Amino acid sequence: MTVKYTKDHEWIRVEGDVATVGISDYAQSQLGDVVFVELPEPGRALEQGKEAAVVESVKAASEVFAPASGTVTEVNADLEGEPAKVNSGAEGDGWFFKLRLSNPAELDGLMDEAAYKDFVEGLH
Amino acid sequence: MRYLPLTEADRHAMLAAIGASSVDELFRDVPPVARRSGPVEGLPGFAGELEVERQLAAMAAKNIAAGTVPSFVGCGAYKHHVPATVDYMVQRGEFLTAYTPYQPEISQGTLQVLFEFQTQVALLTGMDVANASMYDGATACAEAVMMANRLTRRKKAILSGGLHPHYRDVTTTDAHFIGFEAVALPPAPKGGEDLVALVDADTACVVVQNPDVFGQVRDYTSLAQQCQAKGALLIVVVTEAVSLGLLTPPGEMGADIVAAEGQSLGNALNFGGPYVGLFAVKEKYVRQMPGRLCGQTVDADGRRGFVLTLSTREQHIRREKATSNICTNAGLCALAFSIHLSLLGEDGFTKLARINHAKAVQLADRLTGVKGVSVVNDGFFNEFTVTLPRKAADVVEELAQRRILAGVPASRLFAGQLEDHLILAATETTTESDMDALTKALTEVL
Amino acid sequence: MTMNSQGRPSTPAGADSAVPETVTGNRGLQIEEALIFEQDSPGMSGVDLPAVPAMNLRLGAVKPRAKVGLPGLSEPQVVRHYTRLSQKNYSIDTGLYPLGSCTMKHNPRLNEKMARLPGFADVHPLQPVSTVQGALELMDALAHWLKTLTGMPAVTLAPAAGAHGEMAGMMAIRAALEHRGEKARTRVLVPESAHGTNPATAAALGFSVDPIPAGPDGRVDLAAMEAKLGPDVAGIMLTNPNTCGLFERDVRAIADAIHAAGGYFYCDGANFNAIVGRVKPADLGIDAMHINLHKTFSTPHGGGGPGSGPVVFSEALAPFVPVPYVVHDANGFRLVEGHEQGTEFGRMKAFHGQMGMFVRALAYILSHGADGLWQASGDAVLNANYVMARLQDTLTASFEGPCMHECLFDDRFLKGTGVTTLDIAKALIDEGFHPMTMYFPLVVHGALLIEPTETESKAALDQFILALKSLAVRAKEGDVAYFQGAPRLTPRRRLDETAAARKPVLRWTPSSEPALAAE
Repeated sequence: MTVKYTKDHEWIRVEGDVATVGISDYAQSQLGDVVFVELPEPGRALEQGKEAAVVESVKAASEVFAPASGTVTEVNADLEGEPAKVNSGAEGDGWFFKLRLSNPAELDGLMDEAAYKDFVEGLH
Repeated sequence: MRYLPLTEADRHAMLAAIGASSVDELFRDVPPVARRSGPVEGLPGFAGELEVERQLAAMAAKNIAAGTVPSFVGCGAYKHHVPATVDYMVQRGEFLTAYTPYQPEISQGTLQVLFEFQTQVALLTGMDVANASMYDGATACAEAVMMANRLTRRKKAILSGGLHPHYRDVTTTDAHFIGFEAVALPPAPKGGEDLVALVDADTACVVVQNPDVFGQVRDYTSLAQQCQAKGALLIVVVTEAVSLGLLTPPGEMGADIVAAEGQSLGNALNFGGPYVGLFAVKEKYVRQMPGRLCGQTVDADGRRGFVLTLSTREQHIRREKATSNICTNAGLCALAFSIHLSLLGEDGFTKLARINHAKAVQLADRLTGVKGVSVVNDGFFNEFTVTLPRKAADVVEELAQRRILAGVPASRLFAGQLEDHLILAATETTTESDMDALTKALTEVL
Repeated sequence: MTMNSQGRPSTPAGADSAVPETVTGNRGLQIEEALIFEQDSPGMSGVDLPAVPAMNLRLGAVKPRAKVGLPGLSEPQVVRHYTRLSQKNYSIDTGLYPLGSCTMKHNPRLNEKMARLPGFADVHPLQPVSTVQGALELMDALAHWLKTLTGMPAVTLAPAAGAHGEMAGMMAIRAALEHRGEKARTRVLVPESAHGTNPATAAALGFSVDPIPAGPDGRVDLAAMEAKLGPDVAGIMLTNPNTCGLFERDVRAIADAIHAAGGYFYCDGANFNAIVGRVKPADLGIDAMHINLHKTFSTPHGGGGPGSGPVVFSEALAPFVPVPYVVHDANGFRLVEGHEQGTEFGRMKAFHGQMGMFVRALAYILSHGADGLWQASGDAVLNANYVMARLQDTLTASFEGPCMHECLFDDRFLKGTGVTTLDIAKALIDEGFHPMTMYFPLVVHGALLIEPTETESKAALDQFILALKSLAVRAKEGDVAYFQGAPRLTPRRRLDETAAARKPVLRWTPSSEPALAAE
């Protein structure tokens, strides 16, 4: 169950050929209180690096990009009534959507947990 | 110059603090070719209030004010009586000269007004939720179509021939430049449009007006159901807000979006503007609504308060991805609308609507008695269409010479068409003697 | 001595300064006011109407509605309601409003009086043109002033607001490109410092938005801009003076480059107040510029609107105007509502434009005259530079002066204090000022954009400077708690905007919380 990170602060956790995607804890701390998440519909095809979702705080709307290509299988229905989960559990129950990967090799270019931690530290 | 508080002494002191020798020096980044050496030539110098009043009053005197003569002009703007209180309240400096309520702690006046306005608009239209106003009914109509496009991911709008041509034209202009299709049906004063037949898999919405531009009223419940069964939205336009005090509102007919003009309440005719666009939708569409929204919340001490909310839809945050480029709303006009409606209340508003309808029925009956005049509508609110034995535009001009504003010739709105059709409105301000004057004059000229 | 038994203390006792709790929740002149829906007296009305005559309804197939659901109040209750609400608002009439790019200048009452003359207010837009010659004359007079002030040959008065004017200007450019058969030009250059309406407008019209970075001097990087030119460029949307309060020195080079590349120059005129009557925009090479009558020409902001956004056009764009427009010929004034020239691009709104705002703007323009406007822009720029000079040692100015009508600071002066731009703004509210524009433009961090306008006295500026300076010093001394609890003296403290966005409550419903005690 490996977790990988993009430099745009999305994480992706793979189990078999289904992957779960969300934004990192660092990202949610930068956004402030999340008020709404616009999720893709199940069945939609996503392309790595292209817009997959939008996460809104009071004063900003940020695009969330797909860390890898594939088809959306499930979205986190809890987020509609409780967008605050993105703040309290960004890397846990605040996940956004699940994806059936079309090209698992794309993950090779992403950072692992340690590399992402270094990356975030370097941003300051 | 009475609006400029700086004295020469002030200016000297300030230039010293800045370290500049003249105000001119502060403009040094402006290319010399564009800099004027002094005040613009060929334009007059400053004038005192008396002089300005004289100049503007001279222009005003060249217009016939609707309230000074019998007037039956409607078609999207209506002469109603606005209680004295409204104008005094909107001119309170804290309303008149306040900015958009971006700092809610010092804008609770404006914000509570917007919350109440949104509620009033939702109640009048029978819809779930309304925004804090648009520029006018016509731009609200175009924005409604664009919202339907976003929601359905389709690109075709069917516009009823009963839609006010200005509203139709604003929508088709947007269609051309923004990139969607607007199919505008020809005018049909006697009805008979088959809108459902035109709804296909590409249709995002059907737009109807009630009462329509000819004054005809219809029930659109069945049309709403049929559109929605095909995945299209029904947009209902209302240009006479007072009609919502008597007619079944669009919300109860199943409309998805209502785009309306609020000028009738609280706002003078003002030769066409500023007016106030009303925009109301079903709950599930809230996040796709254009325009400002005011929401209820609490402050740090737990007391109820109001703030602008769902701002991430708007241009100052979403920029290219905004639901609309709109920035201002109709602020003060929305306040006037709200105050007028607060004064009227349930009883007053519903009564006002009935009085309007009664006046129009009375007028229609009297005109039917004039030789050559025939009423087209079988159901109307406070406006209806008649046919005349000759060109309505000529008749209107002749009556204007007799200081009677006889209504809107349909050809004014539908160039070169329906030349014998005249559209007349009656409101609570229409008197027996107004109707006498009109009937007599028509009898003489027709 | 004769004894006077009427004596009573004439100086305040002074010991107790805490704000007492009151039974009503009111605080002296600051009165809590419920929603009108919570003050319903069923059957009550504040308007006396005649009896409805007995009649048969003639509504065709439509049924009359059962009820609307509005509350009933008497006139005195309505007057109190709105009076109390108004007292919770800050306004220009209250004090300085240093909002950058908003031009919060004095709103003269003469404007209101003139707009309410029955000959302007009580005129229907669809009356025969022969009965409204004075209204058309006024529109023509305003058009003449706007064209002469800007040096441009054509103008449309149709757009209802600034953003609407931007829409009109960009539609004209699209129409001109179509007329030339150049539909491939779909890219618009927009500085990163631009107001959000610029990219929103361009994107809505199907253009792709290509951002131009600013240089270290806060102005458009000319080389970067030139590198982006190409055969697919439709034009540039440039604000000048720009949103950092600076005049774009390279504006002529920018105009020439855009024209040479076959594109058009749209100028966002939001900051026209800096140069009105002193600079001729036509000589800067612009093709279109919108003017905000509610900024430069003092029409009131009204709590958010209405505005009015006329657009001036160059010869190149003059044929591509929206309808309607006023024409003055041998027979008097007439209104062109159809596509007479064949190149008009369509209609922007119902009827003829924001006539009520035209009257107000013309009253203001006539009051100032050419020499008054010269003085106004000079004083506007002087006031902003004075504020900048007096504050730049305590706050961090983002760019070197001189500025135009507004000055820009960023939050470097707050580094390490734990106090943010937002906190400074909220503390400024307790000092009796509306905050300046915050967090805009986006090109600097934690922006504070201050535009005093020319209608502020030196004394008013000095008081504002004193307040802001003191707050900056207090922040640097580390009094974070003071700032985070601000404001404390306002009708409401900081409001929970997160809750408002997470669970939007956008209207009153009968099942909402119980009414507060109304009277």
